[in-house]
Amino acid sequence: MEKRFIYADNAATTPVSEEVLAAMLPHFRTAYGNPSSIYKLGRDAQRDIETAREKVAAALGAQPAEIFFTSCGSESDNWALKGTAERLAKKGKKHIITSVFEHHAILHTCEYLEKQGYEVTYIPVSDKGLIDPEDVRKAIREDTALVSIMYANNEIGTIQPIEEIAAVCHEKGVLFHTDAVQAVGHVEIDVKKQGIDMLSLSGHKIHAQKGIGVLYVKKGIVLPNLIHGGGQERAKRAGTENVPAIVGLGVAIEAATRNIAEKAAVITPRRNRLIDGLLTIPYTRLNGDRDKRLPGNLNISFEGIEGESLLLMLDMNGICASSGSACTSGSLDPSHVLLSIGLKHEVAHGSLRLSIEEDVTDEDVDYILETVPKVVEKLRAMSPVWEKMMKGEKYE
Amino acid sequence: MMYSEKVLDHFSNPRNVGEIEDADGVGEIGNAKCGDIMKMYLKIDNGIITDAKFKTFGCGAAVATSSMATELIKGKSIDDALKLTNQAVVEALDGLPAVKIHCSVLAEQAVRSALSDYYTRQGIDPLPIVGEIHEPEE
Repeated sequence: MEKRFIYADNAATTPVSEEVLAAMLPHFRTAYGNPSSIYKLGRDAQRDIETAREKVAAALGAQPAEIFFTSCGSESDNWALKGTAERLAKKGKKHIITSVFEHHAILHTCEYLEKQGYEVTYIPVSDKGLIDPEDVRKAIREDTALVSIMYANNEIGTIQPIEEIAAVCHEKGVLFHTDAVQAVGHVEIDVKKQGIDMLSLSGHKIHAQKGIGVLYVKKGIVLPNLIHGGGQERAKRAGTENVPAIVGLGVAIEAATRNIAEKAAVITPRRNRLIDGLLTIPYTRLNGDRDKRLPGNLNISFEGIEGESLLLMLDMNGICASSGSACTSGSLDPSHVLLSIGLKHEVAHGSLRLSIEEDVTDEDVDYILETVPKVVEKLRAMSPVWEKMMKGEKYE
Repeated sequence: MMYSEKVLDHFSNPRNVGEIEDADGVGEIGNAKCGDIMKMYLKIDNGIITDAKFKTFGCGAAVATSSMATELIKGKSIDDALKLTNQAVVEALDGLPAVKIHCSVLAEQAVRSALSDYYTRQGIDPLPIVGEIHEPEE
């Protein structure tokens, strides 16, 4: 089969769509006014920001006044956690609950808060990569300020029982935040119906540009100001607005949430064909629950090989993918997510994450299914770990 | 992660991959938990390394440094092979990212481990000649 170029790493980032770029472009050269200016050029920019805010609110089932633009998902996570912690500490609530397999924007913020004297409980996840709402209930204390659980995991794509977790939190009078960076545009979200108090999202995962995010904060919840300065974002986050990015995000989220079910109907069968095809390779396992996962996500471990080598070789074959190996995580340890669902280090090193969208065709799926087994075989042929496995020897 | 062209070349077309059935010395270094294992096979004739092969479980740099190390010692005397430093491997590959330097250390230690095994098989204590083999820290 002829070499192709296949982008199968949409959980890392996505290209800016044509319609988003078209909406953004005027804001660089012609509609460049400062939204705080009084003349028409400025007022127009202000209006375009508010239109974008309405689109974001509509996509989440929120009110426009509950939407705050930030620079990225990590900023939104930081603001939600540190802001809530600071505010509720004054009421003697210095306990936060999260899970062991959150994104580092949550985990490292929690570690920081621990150093500031807060207590954090890290809820474990099942071997399928799911959180049990009952575990959240058991962890809630009198002094719990906030529960933060991700909507969908960034590596294994598992979708958490958000509505149930939110219900448990509200029963106990605790605020609930979710990092929905991976979920927006892929699953139906309604913050009111699902009882979400705060939600983080990121633009570049849904075909807007990098450097734009959102924090939804339910009306009535008051977070401390994140950036002090002018009156932007109702003085909560000062600084002249990134107008092109905000306008682009508005268009992007509208497009991403317009036809979630239709997209899933196209992507899911292709994703399932990838899972079934790759699982025919011996000594291979699927990581994360097969059904309760994002439509385009698959995460598979191949025993006896290492992930970075796998990615480099796939790249040479035109396939962009991701892994949870130590080499790609920037430390000696493989992904904390894969370890949290019970994988041994040596198995976690050999993981492959593909995150596809509709542009990955059935022919692309064929190509991936033809290429990956060859690459795995080549790497296993040069792997002393694989050699020992085949001889039935211990290799740890 | 910026790999040099040479690293990518040695990764995609690794030299001397495989095993030597009747090797005179075999060395293994690293552990699967950390994500890197190198196994090196040497054929030695009259103090000259006439053949070297390797198998590696690890990242692109681990494969490339193994490949380069075997190239650098093939045809050399044992004395020369013992002088192989990780720095020489790095230079021969036109450099490695800082976080990957440990791979070149593994390659150097894999060669020494195989030579150590060679001396042991000859009934000679390898320690005074080869020195200690350093396993990577977990």
